[in-house]
Formats: sequence, structure tokens, C-alpha cells
Amino acid sequence: MTKVYNRIESISGNVISVRASGVKYEDLAEIKTRFGSSLAQVIKLDGDMVSLQVFSSGRGVTTNDEVRFLGHPMEVSFSENLLGRIFDGSGDPRDNGPKLTENMVEIGGPSFNPAKRIVPKQMMRTGIPMIDLFNTLVMSQKIPIFSISGEPYNQLLARIAMQAKADVIILGGMGLKYDDYLYFKETLEEGGALSRTSMFIHTASDPVVECLMVPDMSLAVAEQFALKGKDVLVLLTDMTNFADAMKEIAITQEQVPSNRGYPGDLYSQLASRYEKAVDIEGTDFGSITILAVTTMPGGDVTHPVPDNTGYITEGQFYLRGGRIEPFGSLSRLKQQVNGTTRKDHRVLMDSLIKLYASYKDSLEKKSMGFTMSEWDEKLLKYGRLFEEQMMDLSVNISLEDALDNGWKILAACFSPEETGIRSDLLKEFWP
Amino acid sequence: MSKGVVKGLNGNMATVEFDGFVSMNEVAYIVTSEGDRLKSEIIRVRGNACQVQVFEITRGVRVGDQVEFTGELLSAQLGPGLLGQIYDGLQNPLPELAEKVGFFLKRGVYLDQLPSQKRWDFAPSVKAGDSVEAGDAIGTVPEGPFQHKIMVPFGVQGAYKVKSIKSSGTYTVNEAIAEIESENGDVMPLFLSFNWPIKRAVTCYAERLKPKDPMVTKLRIIDAFLPVAKGGTFCTPGPFGAGKTVLQQMISRNADVDVVIIAACGERAGEVVETLKEFPELTDPRTGKSLMERTIIIANTSSMPVASREASVYTAVTMAEYYRQMGLHVLLLADSTSRWAQAMREMSSRLEEIPGEEAFPAYLESTIAAFYERAGLVKLKNGKLGSVTIGGSVSPAGGNFEEPVTQATLKVVGCFLGLSRERSDARKYPAIQPIDSWSKYTGIIDPVKMEFARTILNRGIEVDQMMKVVGEEGTSNDDYLLYLKEEFLDSVYLQQNGFDPFDASVSPERQAHVFEIILSILASQLKFDDKNAARSWFAQIRQRCLDWNGTEWDSAEFKKLETDIIASLKERQTGEYLQGAPVLKGER
Repeated sequence: MTKVYNRIESISGNVISVRASGVKYEDLAEIKTRFGSSLAQVIKLDGDMVSLQVFSSGRGVTTNDEVRFLGHPMEVSFSENLLGRIFDGSGDPRDNGPKLTENMVEIGGPSFNPAKRIVPKQMMRTGIPMIDLFNTLVMSQKIPIFSISGEPYNQLLARIAMQAKADVIILGGMGLKYDDYLYFKETLEEGGALSRTSMFIHTASDPVVECLMVPDMSLAVAEQFALKGKDVLVLLTDMTNFADAMKEIAITQEQVPSNRGYPGDLYSQLASRYEKAVDIEGTDFGSITILAVTTMPGGDVTHPVPDNTGYITEGQFYLRGGRIEPFGSLSRLKQQVNGTTRKDHRVLMDSLIKLYASYKDSLEKKSMGFTMSEWDEKLLKYGRLFEEQMMDLSVNISLEDALDNGWKILAACFSPEETGIRSDLLKEFWP
Repeated sequence: MSKGVVKGLNGNMATVEFDGFVSMNEVAYIVTSEGDRLKSEIIRVRGNACQVQVFEITRGVRVGDQVEFTGELLSAQLGPGLLGQIYDGLQNPLPELAEKVGFFLKRGVYLDQLPSQKRWDFAPSVKAGDSVEAGDAIGTVPEGPFQHKIMVPFGVQGAYKVKSIKSSGTYTVNEAIAEIESENGDVMPLFLSFNWPIKRAVTCYAERLKPKDPMVTKLRIIDAFLPVAKGGTFCTPGPFGAGKTVLQQMISRNADVDVVIIAACGERAGEVVETLKEFPELTDPRTGKSLMERTIIIANTSSMPVASREASVYTAVTMAEYYRQMGLHVLLLADSTSRWAQAMREMSSRLEEIPGEEAFPAYLESTIAAFYERAGLVKLKNGKLGSVTIGGSVSPAGGNFEEPVTQATLKVVGCFLGLSRERSDARKYPAIQPIDSWSKYTGIIDPVKMEFARTILNRGIEVDQMMKVVGEEGTSNDDYLLYLKEEFLDSVYLQQNGFDPFDASVSPERQAHVFEIILSILASQLKFDDKNAARSWFAQIRQRCLDWNGTEWDSAEFKKLETDIIASLKERQTGEYLQGAPVLKGER
């Protein structure tokens, strides 16, 4: 299909339409405008009228611009050469490397057959005690980081990218501030993790249509790596920007909005991305784990984006005050793995959190001016140590060290029987 | 059959121009340029154009692609071999699909809905010359734990006579096993299986009855407090993380029904996998066979095409009605009906219909009502009873029950089991909110006694609220006791430990027995010196009752703990009872 069309019938927002025949749904076209060429995707067919969504926006498109259909849907190149590289939402290089055109794979492919899924059993180590010890991340899990804007969620993602025991990291950035993009790039370069990472970055100043492509491209690449036996960790930030891009486009297309302006298929759209997380049966195959930042507008978890996300994902991490909140955060799959790590794992997890909850109570009493009992003083000491040595995001230790450290903190603050831990475990592990 | 051509496409909705006749809800196939055949269903006809919803990803469809109409409505194939299967929303068997096309769901591949090679041991139950009508059994084949009845297709109208029938032997689902002849001489061959349009309710029974027998779930809060009847309907709305799916999984495991159909509609694939991997390992206490043999799973998870999600609940309920026609009790669990409603919303918006509340279509309520109305207890023409019980989970946006799907569902169901984030955060499982929830059915406990327990619950909660304002000091001892009793009832009876081998599923006999003892504690006037003494006594009795829950029914340990509990109660009883207390077994 090389026919060139140069009569654009309508331009509305990012959507243009041309009269053409034999065009396939969701195929790409190239449009040459005075600002250079851009990709566009077929989003509607009506008789011979073809509506296209222009990636670089409809701004400046002239009615006689040239439209050429490429005859294939959106694709991304897949090979080992992706590692260490950075691309934009159209799949073009953002670094100074060459454009990759070999082995193109379709993005947004079909869903994984549920009958071929397996119950996940492997832990994904991150070196962050609040995750490894308390809400263990499991390979093939999909889990969001619910956060208020202003929290250091990108710093957290960068840490996880450097520390996680994954073979390949795919970072998908949507609506990133340019500074944040540079931060990711520099941090990963300095940390030496760039060589196992590829990035698909849409910054806030890029055309909004490209934002929509980022998760699909990241996940299509992740899927290919997983089929090659790699355990892939996909980091997405920020899914709320992705949802907002969908909202913007749905409304310019005059779709009836359902809830706070978001399109009615918000759930399905988010789910089709998150459900790409999978552990593929067989030793030749790997897995896809998805960790996605979802900022909560106004800190409201009932906002449509975090709300729909919560129904889709397997738990959530709350990032509050620069720490992963122990209350409210939940890894729904942790039970699958934390029984086999070390036998004190589950007990310690529960006991440390219970004591931390008591610490919070004591803290409240203290702030209200009550006198502190001896027990309160112990709890206050414990809380301080716990926050410093466990909750601080800069702590990077293995799960085993974190468990040992947990015992040390307990021993520094309490006598064994005050912890409420079973005596056989106390005997074995009390330092 | 009619032919057509694609004229337009928007998402999963195509506009097709056709020659000849088409019918509403007829199945059509769009043939793409790559040769894929995409199943679709007509959802609107206007002049010589119709709109079809495509059950597959529509990428690559062109204007001008050919469309083949089938003349048949979207149907399920009903026959032996359904039990133990894992289907997608259109009855495509997923394990076979994986074998054929690999890890990913390839579009346009439709496999045999029932195993076509398997030979079934057929035994006829009618002979030539017998008269039959729709729904009558003409023979049986053994399937899993049942004798699967081979029936005259439900759509057959009028009286027929059996012209010929094959003798006992093994046949496949596609071999004719009988011929029936109508009064005016039309002959119709019968097979072990037949098709039925999924959006039509099966009505060939003698009459519909009022559901009355409880469907035991072995969960105390349901069986005793908020019972579900066989043939009834219930819904479980709740915010994310409140345990809707876990609750449905527990019910699917323990419910005392013959067949369980699980429609995983637009939810996580991971959860279906848990059921898939666990059920074959578990035994059904009723038959001693694997739990999978009484189960059908319809998995149309959230990333699978939306239109077939809409179809999946109908496929499931059609199978439920089919087994009901054999005189069996069937439970259909749909998780989640909100995703089904959202699928309707997506389609409605593509059709550019005028939106109702929250952009749901105006027919949302009537569609939900029509779906739940397919549940019911029926008396079949042979006098036997069969039932379909429907339980739907609802995922309200933001956990707010005021939204349209929850409200439309509450209008039609007989039992509302509302899950609360508050209770699940406090680790009170199952997180069913006992006060706001309701049931119109009668459970395993005498309603008078139940009413009394409920009063204690209500008043205890009132006292608790009041205490938050006036403090413990400002609360009378009697009120304080009510509060302690409410806490006690909640923690030892309403909550249940799903990880405990004995407490995870409790037989109705045990539930009733334990309830009597608990009730005697609730109903008695108790004497304590002060609030502290009362609190510590209740803490102690609660601990004992929890231990008691963790023992085997009727074991020596169970009896010993029971004696202890009664003895401990006797020490505190004044001999008086609270006002309105029902007469207890062996007392007064």
C-alpha cells in the first residue's frame, strides 16, 4: 500500500480524516507536515472515510498534507540491542544511537491464555526491607505504588531498577518531567544498571498520543524478553498520566465520559496492560512483573484511576512521607513465597508491624501530653530504630540481613517475652 | 445464508451492509484479509445495514471485508462433557486452545465446544411410539458423579412421538441417537447435544416455586445470619481488597449444590488460575470425587475482548439452566457483574445511545434484573425439583454502594452480603458487614432466635458508638454488657478463620449447636462486680470459644471445651434472662 493521499477532509484535535480505501483498522500512516513527518494510527473506519490519530498532534496540519499508509499496525523493534537504549513514544531513539528497525513485533498483542498461567512461586528481591520483608514482591505480580504528587516515587523506582534481581528492566515513562527523565538516565548510568535496561520515555512536553503508546511498547518488548527466558521487571510511571491522556483523547473524539471525564473503558484499558504480567510455564521461559506508579489526585484513593487500578492489581504499595507505609500497603501474593524464605519471616513480619502499630499509639499519646510509661519509652525507641533501619528508602540489604536486623532491633528495645513471638523461634533467633 | 460487507469500524463495533435477511443477535463472521474469521453478533439493524459487536480484537479489519451470517443466534452447545471444562466467554475450551495455538489467545480459532471424539455410554429411557416434548429425557449417559439426562431440545414446540431410538451403546455427541416426529409428520433427529441461544431463558418446566431450603455455604455469617436459598439470588458488593473473590472461592468450594459454575468475568486471570490448580486436588465431600468434576469455569478475564465478556455470563447461566433441567441444584457465581455492566456500557457508547447515570445504558437495570431472574427453584414436568442459584459480586467504584450497578442489583436480589473495607482492614473475615446486609430467606436457625441475636448485635453496636462519646465511665453496666456480648458474638460466630482446618468450613449441625450455646450466653443476665471483671470474663470465654471452633466436631476435645464453657457461664448466670430472649434448649 504505497498510495499517497493529499486531501485531508477534517482536522479536529489530534484526529484527521482522509478518504481512502482498503485501509486496515489500527494500521499506521505517515503524515508529512510542515514540521516534519509524524506517525498516525487508524482509529475509525466509516465507509471510505478513515480517521487517524496523529502522534505529533493536529497542530499545523494542512489540508493538503501528504498521508501515506504503511500497511502495518504499530510495531517495535526487538533484539538484545534494545538494552541500554532510550526511545520515545513513537519508538524513535531519544539517545544518540541508531534507529532500530530489525525484527519488528506488534504492540498490544493478544492476551495470555489463562489456562497456561501458573501459580507464581518465586520472590523478586528488591533489597528494600519494606518490600522484601513486609510485602514481598513476587515474580509475575502486578502492583501499583499509590502516591501523592511530590512524593519521591521516581527515586523509589530508580532504586528498585538498580537493586531488583531481574534480568531485564523496562522503564516506561509517561508524562515525565524532563528533569525526572534525566534523573532516571543519570542514576541508572551511574549505578551501572543501564546495560540491562531499556527505556521508553514520553515527557510532559511530548505529544499526548505518544503517551498512550508507552505501556504497550514497554510490555511488548517485555513479553519478547520473557519468551526468551528472562525475568523482566517493567516499571511504569505514571499511570495516572496515561489515563489522563486517554481521557483527553476520548473527549476530543466526542466519546461519552463515564466518571469524572474518564472514558467508560478505563478499567478494560488499564487491565489489558496490567494483565500482561505473567509467569510463563517452563524453564525456557521467564516472567513479567509490573510495578507502576499511580499518583492519586488530591491523595484520594477513590479517584477513578487508583480505584480501577486497585481492582486490577494484586495489592498496592502506599508511598507516604517518603516511606512505604506499612499500613494499607499489601502484596496479595506474598503468602505464595514468604513461607519458604526463612522460617522466622512470617512471624517477624507480623510482630514487627504489630509493635510498630503500638509505637504509633504511644506517639499519639505523647503528642497529646500524656506521661510515658516504661513500656511507651521502649516502644518509642523501637519506632525510631525501625524507621531508621527498615523504613528508610535508602536502606539496601538482603532479606536475610533485614530479618537479622529485625531481631537486633527487637533485642535492643525489648525483652524476648515482650515481643509476643513463639518461644521456639525466640530460642533460635534471639540475638 | 445472507452475506454482507464491512462498511465501517469503531473499536469492536463494525457496521455491515447486508443482502437478504438477518435477525437480531444473529452470529456473523467477519473474514479478514489474513483469512481470520472473527465471530460477531448483530446488535442493531437499520435498513440494509446492521451493527455487529465483534468478540475478537478488530485490528486489521478493512472496509470491504466479507461478512458471513449464520442464521443462528449466539448459542451454547449443551450436552455431556461440560463438567470440568474451562471455557472462554464463547464456550471455546481454553486448555485445548492453548495446545493448539500456544500461550497467547489467537483470534478466530473456534474449537469443538464439547469433545467430539469422546464416546458416551448411552442408555435410552423411552421407546419408539412414546410421546415427548421439549425438555423430556430420552435417555442418560454417565458424566462425573451424575447420570446426565439427554433431553429433547428446549426449543422444540408442540408434541412429538419417538420414531426411532438407538439401543444402549456408545455414541459421540454428534451422532444421531433418535428421531422424533411431529403431528404433521416433520421428522427431527436428536443428538446427545444441542444448541441453545444463550440470551433466552430456558422455560420448559412445570412451575416456578418460591425458594425456601437454605443453600449451605458452611460460613456461619451466611448460613445463620444472612442465608441464601437454593434457587435464590445474592450479591456481594465490596471495595477492592475486601475479599469478594476469596468469599466466592470459599462458597464455590463448600456450597451444598450438585454443580458449580464459575463465571470469571473481567477479573484477574491469576485468581482463575488458583481455582484451576486447586480444584482438581480437592475432593467434593458429597460425592468423594474431585471438586473439578462438579465445576465448570467460564474464564473471560479482564484483558480478553470486552464483547465476549458480555456474553460470558449468559453462557454460564445457560449451562446452569441446562443442568437444572436434569433435576440438579446448580450454583452460578459471577465475578464480577460490574465488569459485565461495564462491557454493556462500552458497547452502548459505541452505538451512540443516550447515556444514563454514570454513562451506563438506560437498560442497565432491566438487563441486570433479567439476568438474576434466570435463577429460581423450579418443579420440572416429571415432578422433580431443580434450581439455579445466582451469586454476583459487584465492584462499585470507590467502594460506594450508591452507584448504578450496585443499586440495580440490590433491587432484584434476595440477599445482600455487603463487604466492608473497615472489617477487612480490621482482619475480620469474612468481611461481610452484618448490620447493613440483609437476606429475605430463612436460614438454618430458628428465625425468632436469630432475631434476638440480631437485636443484641444492633444494640451492642449502638452502645459502642455511644461509648465513643461518653466514655466507658458514662456507660451503664447493663449497656456495657450488651457491648461485650456484641463483640463476643462477632468474634466467635460471625468471624471465621479460613486457615483453620475445622473453622474454615462448619457443618450446619455444628453451626446450630454452637449457636444455642452462644445464644444462652447472650440471653442470660450475668453478674459481675464491675466492668473490668466483665471484660476479663468475656476475654476468657471468647478465647475458649475460639479454641472450641478450632476443634473437630463432636470430638472429645470439643465436648470438653463445651463443658468448660457451660460451666463458666453457670458461675455467672443470675438465673434471669434478658427481655425478649427466646426459650432456649434445656433451659427454663
